Amino acid sequence: MQYHAFIIKYAEIGIKGKNRYLFEEALVRQMERVLENCEGEFSIFRVSGRIYLNAKGFDFDETVAALQRVFGITGICPAVCIERDGNGKLPDINGLSQEVIKFIDGVYPDKNKTFKIKCRRVDKTYPLDSMEAAAEIGAQVLDAYPEMKVDVRNPQILISVEIREKVNIYSEIIPGPGGMPIGTSGKACLLLSGGIDSPVAGYMIAKRGAEIEAVYFNAPPYTSERAKQKVIDLAKVIAKYTGKVRLHIINFTDIQMYIYKQCPHDELTIIMRRYMMRIADIIAAQNKCMGLITGESIGQVASQTMESLMATNEVVTDMPVYRPLIAFDKQDIVDISLKIDAYETSILPYEDCCTIFVAKHPVTKPRLEVIRSHEHRLDEKIDELVKTALDTDEILEIEVN
Amino acid sequence: MEIYLDNSATTKVYDDVADICIKAMTEDYGNASSMHHKGVEAEQYLKEATEKIAKTLKAKPKEILFTSGGTESDNIAIIGGAYAHHREGKHLITTSIEHPAILNSMKHLEEQGFEVTYLKVSEEGVIDLEELKNSIREDTILVSIMAVNNEIGSLMPLKEAGTIIHGINPRILFHVDAVQGYGKLSIIPKQLGIDLMSVSGHKVHGPKGIGFLYIRDCVRILPISYGGGQQGGMRSGTLNIPGIAGLGRASEEIYEDFDEKTNRLYSLKSRLIKGLLSNLSDVRINGIDTSKRSISSLSDEELGDIISKTAPHIISVSVKGVRAEVLLHALEDKKIYVSAGSACSSNHPSISATLKAINLPKEFWDSTVRISMSEFTTEQEIDDTVKAFADIVPMLRQFSRR
Repeated sequence: MQYHAFIIKYAEIGIKGKNRYLFEEALVRQMERVLENCEGEFSIFRVSGRIYLNAKGFDFDETVAALQRVFGITGICPAVCIERDGNGKLPDINGLSQEVIKFIDGVYPDKNKTFKIKCRRVDKTYPLDSMEAAAEIGAQVLDAYPEMKVDVRNPQILISVEIREKVNIYSEIIPGPGGMPIGTSGKACLLLSGGIDSPVAGYMIAKRGAEIEAVYFNAPPYTSERAKQKVIDLAKVIAKYTGKVRLHIINFTDIQMYIYKQCPHDELTIIMRRYMMRIADIIAAQNKCMGLITGESIGQVASQTMESLMATNEVVTDMPVYRPLIAFDKQDIVDISLKIDAYETSILPYEDCCTIFVAKHPVTKPRLEVIRSHEHRLDEKIDELVKTALDTDEILEIEVN
Repeated sequence: MEIYLDNSATTKVYDDVADICIKAMTEDYGNASSMHHKGVEAEQYLKEATEKIAKTLKAKPKEILFTSGGTESDNIAIIGGAYAHHREGKHLITTSIEHPAILNSMKHLEEQGFEVTYLKVSEEGVIDLEELKNSIREDTILVSIMAVNNEIGSLMPLKEAGTIIHGINPRILFHVDAVQGYGKLSIIPKQLGIDLMSVSGHKVHGPKGIGFLYIRDCVRILPISYGGGQQGGMRSGTLNIPGIAGLGRASEEIYEDFDEKTNRLYSLKSRLIKGLLSNLSDVRINGIDTSKRSISSLSDEELGDIISKTAPHIISVSVKGVRAEVLLHALEDKKIYVSAGSACSSNHPSISATLKAINLPKEFWDSTVRISMSEFTTEQEIDDTVKAFADIVPMLRQFSRR
């Protein structure tokens, strides 16, 4: 089937009152961004609460895949468009019916289906009204394909015919990612490890329109260059949706070793995570972020029990910490990871700084006052080490279209 | 300055090799099968390279089959050899410490109904000839033994094995995976009773993506890929003339001043071993016969004698209490490149079959690095490496996993 346009459906941003144009503009900008690298000529129109994407010489699969990376889109309807003739006239009802019959044949080779024609006559100069046009087209379709049956309540095929400046015929709705367009929410700072959870958490917050700043804690020589490359690749996965991610790579080795030397081994992970949160908190504030994002999920590992979450949470000053996966089961997280194409990268077997030196039996119910008092053993050097880590922050601008 | 000690992974290409490859790609780029002048020109490269390689093996040019490298050579030899002789029997023999190219080809054959015997190895990584002899059956059709083990550098007794195999049944194919041996040892297939031998270009300062399989005249094996019938139909596909030309040149160059190069490598090897043992405690050198005394108490002569029974360029070192991957990255920080004996992270253990097979104590499995030298390795580099170990290891041991 040769389509001429896509009708872009969006749900939530349609209800934002006077701010609606801001959301629509952001959505159009994001569409323009992903389409830049697609083959074909595209033009986007906003007409009475709808977004139309006219397309010429395009690759259908590539274009749809690109649009499916634009947050805010709930549905993508590939449409056939019928233009006015030289006298500014649209085809009469017989002509229109023929077009619909052709459309059905192109999209549905198997005619043994129930159908409904839904018509919307916006151009009031058209001689038939919406109901009349739908009835007439339906009758002609039945004549052409006697094996088809009408079902107006629960049709297998719903054909929409819109009579506007031109006529749009469409039926299929390809689901979009939903959410809100990037650039409508602000920015948040993601603690990105090499695992499965954190990229998914970043994706979910980005889906609510947030831009992403990411922090990775590197521990050379205990972690390899490949582990770092893996995190860069995961940042790219998120950037495919957001356009860009700024990635901070913090050298955490000295801090980790110092904790390892001074504090009880079974508290290493929890104290390490407290310092990661502290550092991320500072980076977030410096970069005008309005929150931290982590991939934590209650009880998944020792450092994510409710006690541990309290312990890591208390060091954050006044940023909210967004934990979109907090109530997710692992398999649900894996499903999203697979959907966004992060999984293959996430499971590459390189160690990250959380797994080296991990105790066989880390504490699962850390007591805050105990952790705090053990942390005092770090007083001598820790501020200096944190400062050095922040000063040597390596920043990568990850951009993907 | 970089110190590259991972020559068993791959080697730097000789300058002459790079030159001839570029020429074969940009000037004499014809298809060796074309009828016209450009084709003839390309064919000249093929002839010349084949002759050079054959000369290093005292073999006939027609006994050389070009492939994409060691893996493909091993596959053609094992699978093509087994399929050609399956009517005479369905039993094959190999060792438990072969490269995956051999082991997985064997696994494929097992799925096809063949039976495979895997020979055990000693703590030095050498097969027991008596076990080999006892394993040969009436239906044995192929024996595959590596020349040099890639992880610990042990040498297999090829001549004795060849004599035993063909003494029992001259029709059994004797295949040698010489990927780590060619260019480092003098291997004359006829003198050792070898029927098939795999070699890879990039381990001998040649290009990647090229290698060959020596197939003794009159030995019959079947092709495993099909196409335009090049190389007598044994391995179809347009000939990789730049690669072939480069490999030809590399084979010539690596065997130039061969004895001198080999002696130098052995002396570097003993220098490194002595350096490591005298500077560090709790270090093991794997694949070396220490049944009598600890290595550090040996005289230079005695040590020389022992390591002459191993490959000149590979040293496997286990450092107690330090994880190989961490040691590797710490050395990398000083621009010294080695490889980890066995990649192992907390959640994905992948223990090397070789290290297990030589009975290395468990605590060393994840603490073993491989140092592999080339003719470009210098004394200074070895001394710097010893110094780096001496600096790094005590520091890393402070932070070993508790």
